[in-house]
Amino acid sequence: MSAPLLSIDGLTKAYPGVVANNQVSFQIQPGEVHALLGENGAGKSTLVKMIYGLVRPDSGTMSFMGASYTPAEPRAARATGVAMVFQHFSLFEALNVAENIALGMENPPKPRDLAARITEVSEAYGLPLDPGRLVGDLSAGERQRVEIIRCLLQDPKLLIMDEPTSVLTPQEVEILFHTLRKLSAEGTAILYISHKLEEIRALCDEATVLRLGKVVGTCDPKSTSAAEMAELMVGKSLAVPARSEAAHGDVILEVDNLSVAPASAFGTPLRDISIKIKAGEVLGIGGVAGNGQDELLAALSGETITAPNAVELKGKPVGNLSPNERRSAGILCGPEERLGHAAAPDMSLIENALLTARHRKSLDKNGFLDWGKTRQYAEEVIAAFDVRTPGPENAARSLSGGNLQKFVIGREVMQEPSVLVVNQPTWGVDASAAADIRQAILDLAGRGAGVIVISQDLDELLEISDNFCALNEGRLSDTKPTAGLTMETIGLMLGGAHDMHEAEVAHV
Amino acid sequence: MMIDPVTLIAALIVASTPILLAGIGELVVEKAGVLNLGVEGMMIMGAVCGFAIAVQTGSPTLGFLAAAAGGAALSLIFAILTQYLLSNQVATGLALTLFGLGLSSLIGESISGSTPPPVARLDIPGLSDMPVLGPILFSHTSMVYISVGLVVAVWAVLKHTHIGLVIRAVGENHDAAHALGYKVVRVRIAAILFGGACAGLGGAFFSMVRVPQWTEGMTAGAGWIALALVVFASWKPGRVMLGAYLFGGITALQLRLQAAGIDVPVEILAMSPYVITILVLVIMSSGKARAALNAPAALGKVFHATG
Repeated sequence: MSAPLLSIDGLTKAYPGVVANNQVSFQIQPGEVHALLGENGAGKSTLVKMIYGLVRPDSGTMSFMGASYTPAEPRAARATGVAMVFQHFSLFEALNVAENIALGMENPPKPRDLAARITEVSEAYGLPLDPGRLVGDLSAGERQRVEIIRCLLQDPKLLIMDEPTSVLTPQEVEILFHTLRKLSAEGTAILYISHKLEEIRALCDEATVLRLGKVVGTCDPKSTSAAEMAELMVGKSLAVPARSEAAHGDVILEVDNLSVAPASAFGTPLRDISIKIKAGEVLGIGGVAGNGQDELLAALSGETITAPNAVELKGKPVGNLSPNERRSAGILCGPEERLGHAAAPDMSLIENALLTARHRKSLDKNGFLDWGKTRQYAEEVIAAFDVRTPGPENAARSLSGGNLQKFVIGREVMQEPSVLVVNQPTWGVDASAAADIRQAILDLAGRGAGVIVISQDLDELLEISDNFCALNEGRLSDTKPTAGLTMETIGLMLGGAHDMHEAEVAHV
Repeated sequence: MMIDPVTLIAALIVASTPILLAGIGELVVEKAGVLNLGVEGMMIMGAVCGFAIAVQTGSPTLGFLAAAAGGAALSLIFAILTQYLLSNQVATGLALTLFGLGLSSLIGESISGSTPPPVARLDIPGLSDMPVLGPILFSHTSMVYISVGLVVAVWAVLKHTHIGLVIRAVGENHDAAHALGYKVVRVRIAAILFGGACAGLGGAFFSMVRVPQWTEGMTAGAGWIALALVVFASWKPGRVMLGAYLFGGITALQLRLQAAGIDVPVEILAMSPYVITILVLVIMSSGKARAALNAPAALGKVFHATG
């Protein structure tokens, strides 16, 4: 084997109260796609920040192409040949693509030359981009292209990608993987951070697994099963969600020919949606983002008000009720966006618990809030859902994505709704937390609630739902039992698959 | 009723220049993501510093330099408080205005009543003597030309240079700029000092050219107008200039209307510059989604580098 491109030896970084990285060592070969695997909080982000010069290690050494490597700042890292695509994009929405790219370069060429190079590189790697467009107008996938092209223009020898697929649709993931494989074939090493095991198995040559800041193992992802890797990552084997075999009860929620005009110019209208859910049933709704998922959730939660009979709970019309009235009636929702929609980022977990549970948990009396009782409820949710936080008085923003998701799902589940509607319940959540959330959803259904799970993760839907249907351009397909569904049938149900295929060809 | 349009336009330019100077400085500060409400305080500090040094040395140039230094010095307090000690920008800016008003009164105590040396006017034989164009374009003090030059320079730097791009980036998303390795705090402090110096020059224009004398609180709210202009001008240098000249123009016009004894209550005339300027700029900036997009997204937010 040739000399390693990047060699890391005994890196340690401690923050007050926590050792983020403890004696971490591994090597990356030129052209290798190296996975860095670990749960949220395992220390992956701190490690790559040290490689990128944003954080300085307390001890340990790095060498890059045989020479000692101690980047004092990202500039130095970029000059050496290390580029990074961030998990939360480091983009400027009010600036255009070319300006965003120029900001990430050491010596940006003249605007006209830069625009030409952007077009050239973006076409070479199958990532079409118009340099003059405002980043604020781009989709998540297109924004990521801006970041990637910003990196590629520097001819990096090592490209770090921090959870690149968490905001992408499956089609965009395919395009990304295509680009990454091409880069790797050209000799660029890629350090790929993720906790999505199937992706790592599909893409990576080598994996280093971190747990609680330490390297707990390395493996060849191509020959290691996802379950084995998950076990290495979590430190225990993951239970496959167990579902109750109880028969379904009566129809509990009925949506009848629901049509909603889009709320904004970029929204999707809902067209003639009809849903019937029985007590104890889990209905999975699949589909690519932007096909009406947010709108459907809003119509069920009461954020969008419709004709009374369009939504009926146990035979009673609720379509014209507000969110709080629907909560009292028994419909609870968990929207996709954790920060800002499901939870108020700067409010404490206690306050966030109050926001949706006030009526069902009687957390107020004569208009005065009962903070003692609310704190108790928040603590119950934290305990029951294993939310890792120093205490319920911490701001929602301070929790990691997975922990906050467990809290917001737990907050709804523990109110024992008759109907729970969740959108992307395990989006950006690590494997063990996702398993816990799925189990909680199945348990809730086992206790007689009807559950609608809207998700883009088909594996998740197949694992937990009894029946499956798909949203496409605001229309809902026919509902089919999940048992016995093939991927081919699902593709047909997604309907848009044909269009997506074309779009993909056009992109690549 | 006779209002001479030539002297009106010449007076308009003089009345506008202080607001234009302060406004263009504040525009850069806000583009870097900092909301400094202390413009009024920095202006009055510039007014008193410029006046005092000009009286002492007899040199208007040194006076203007001192004004810029005075405004920048006051803004440095703001910069240290907000950028290093992470204090709230709104509260700090308000305090800065109150502090500047008080400190300037103290400094100006001994010099009120003095007369500053006259500031030379442009005098190009031929050009300055032309009818109409001469008094309007070619017979102002150098600060008028500098203020217009500054507007052009700020526009060009923000739009066409890498430094300008970095300033906008810092004001748009300071976390992303930091992640890319830009020195957010350093860029912002430089912008705050530039804004302070510009406000100081604007203040000195009052005490050395427009009035010219020193009285307490002589800037009379011009700093607040400059602040409002920046917002209603959607952070565009050209529109700040338009707004400043509109405000100055109506100010000059209403003074002449008052003098001409027009049959409109003085109070209405006196408030007309504020009302009309804001109305015009509101209409210009409304109805376009792009105008709102031009607002620096990180404006007024505290930046603290983590990790």
